[in-house]
Amino acid sequence: MADMKVYFDNNATTPLHPEVKKEMIAAMEMFGNPSSMHSYGREARANVENARRKVADFIGATEKEIVFVGSGSEANNTVLSLFVCGSSQCIPGSKMRSSIITTKIEHPCVLETSECLGHRGVRVKYLDVDQYGKVDLDQLAGMLGDDVGLVSIMMANNEIGTIQDIESIAKMVHESGALMHTDAVQAVGKVPVDVRKLGVDFLTISAHKIYGPKGVGALFVKKGVPYCPLIRGGHQELGRRAGTENTLGILGLGKAVEMRALEMPEEEDRLLELKHILRKGIEESIDDIHFNGHPTDALASTLNVSFTGVEGEAILLYLDIEGIAVSTGSACASGSLDPSHVLLATGVDAELAHGSIRFSMGRESSRQEVDYLLNVLPGIIERIRNMSTAYIKGGLHAASR
Amino acid sequence: MLQAGEWAYSETLKEHFMNPKNILQGENTDEFDGVGMEGNLQCGDQMMVVIKVDKEKEVITDCQWKTYGCASAIASTSILSEMVKGRTLDQAFHISPKEVAQALGGLPDHKIHCSVLGDKALRAAINNYYTRNGQEDKVKQEQSKVICQCMSITDHDIEDAVLEGARTYFELQERTKLGTVCGQCKDEAEVLLEKFKHIHFGV
Repeated sequence: MADMKVYFDNNATTPLHPEVKKEMIAAMEMFGNPSSMHSYGREARANVENARRKVADFIGATEKEIVFVGSGSEANNTVLSLFVCGSSQCIPGSKMRSSIITTKIEHPCVLETSECLGHRGVRVKYLDVDQYGKVDLDQLAGMLGDDVGLVSIMMANNEIGTIQDIESIAKMVHESGALMHTDAVQAVGKVPVDVRKLGVDFLTISAHKIYGPKGVGALFVKKGVPYCPLIRGGHQELGRRAGTENTLGILGLGKAVEMRALEMPEEEDRLLELKHILRKGIEESIDDIHFNGHPTDALASTLNVSFTGVEGEAILLYLDIEGIAVSTGSACASGSLDPSHVLLATGVDAELAHGSIRFSMGRESSRQEVDYLLNVLPGIIERIRNMSTAYIKGGLHAASR
Repeated sequence: MLQAGEWAYSETLKEHFMNPKNILQGENTDEFDGVGMEGNLQCGDQMMVVIKVDKEKEVITDCQWKTYGCASAIASTSILSEMVKGRTLDQAFHISPKEVAQALGGLPDHKIHCSVLGDKALRAAINNYYTRNGQEDKVKQEQSKVICQCMSITDHDIEDAVLEGARTYFELQERTKLGTVCGQCKDEAEVLLEKFKHIHFGV
């Protein structure tokens, strides 16, 4: 058995914050339907609205601008699908704008929904990113026009951590008359997010990325912005999302953002320091590596590294045996063998992309854990390289001869 | 509440992943009688198999390898290198991915393709041995037949698609674009689809 358990996959999901857990356990008996008028219902309603206030406060929104949903993916689907509706019957006036703009590094829930919209007659334009994963603002300026109804750009990338300048982007988007959505699932609770300052019309939040429960998220919908629900048939969330509220989940999300507000400010410096140590340690102990993502405009928690000549899943599983949980950019596990679309978009070649590992730290990550990882990792890479056809010291490849 | 297993795959696979057997040390293959390499780095899988042969008996006496790939790829080349020792070239040539997968205690469907490259590289090494020893007549080409003329899809492409997860004619079309133009190859393709499903997955 491994000496230590290290969870460095916080961008995938996070453990419940102890305070969130405590509050959810205390609320287990609360079963009322928030729509009921009796005392059971009123208790549930009070807690849902209390959570709504906390979420709204946390991102500088008003309570009515928060729609609770089932996940970040649902929020993103809602915004993109709403646009199809906007371009036809439900929302008059926006009929002429039949194009959307997004980027090549979005989460699959945005990319696949965009592709689906393409089948339904929407023109989808994809923005390129530079080698650090930053959107090209000149290219955006060239794409914007009378035909564009919505721009959807993620605030912080889940794989490489690169943070976009959403404030500047939103200004450009609004000047052209389009609406602005940002998938801020990886940003909210890690960097300050204020919807007024950013100037966005829609913003996506997920609870389980910030020490809250799974199966609950929130969508910020700016007051007065055209809206059409994805899930219809109920008056819940002011008719914007049908279905009885996930009361326990919502309560957990509320507590999670409350705890983030308390802990986030001091955490960033601590994580930056840890990332610096991790990065330096890898650089000093392992040859032929490549760091992915932006050196400064990036999440303090996230470090993505490509190792020449080794395949990511092998690294992941050897680390797993040592008790360290990370994630790989390669999708061998899905059977498609497609390397990460994010890394490919940044210009990393397919081979390097296959050998990429994402370390994502969180509130519980410690110096001791980073040291343990640094102790174990060089040996694992050396071991895999020793059996690899691809790796020969000095960077030559056996295959090319 | 259920607890997670100790490991993502079978115990045998774990053993071969943790302690791979017969890794070729260094890159010198001169002392071997046959060398074969398959796959490429861009696709995330590459295997090299080298063999020593008792020339009188045509029996494989040693088999070593290098693999760039996932845990299943590493473990399947490792176990393959153990399996072939003592077999005749002809026996070794006919080892199937299914045998390798079975020896590993089973592989998930989407990992079967990881074990395919190992026996391909082995066959390449055996053919390489024949070529080096003036036995070109024994070299067995992996002959392929074009099934879909319009899209130029071969029976090998169909087999690969099945190994990568295609189970229905529609899924086969999704992966290969086979039969998406004139559609005349549908019957033949469906027969092959069933055949490869049976060979590799016993369904």
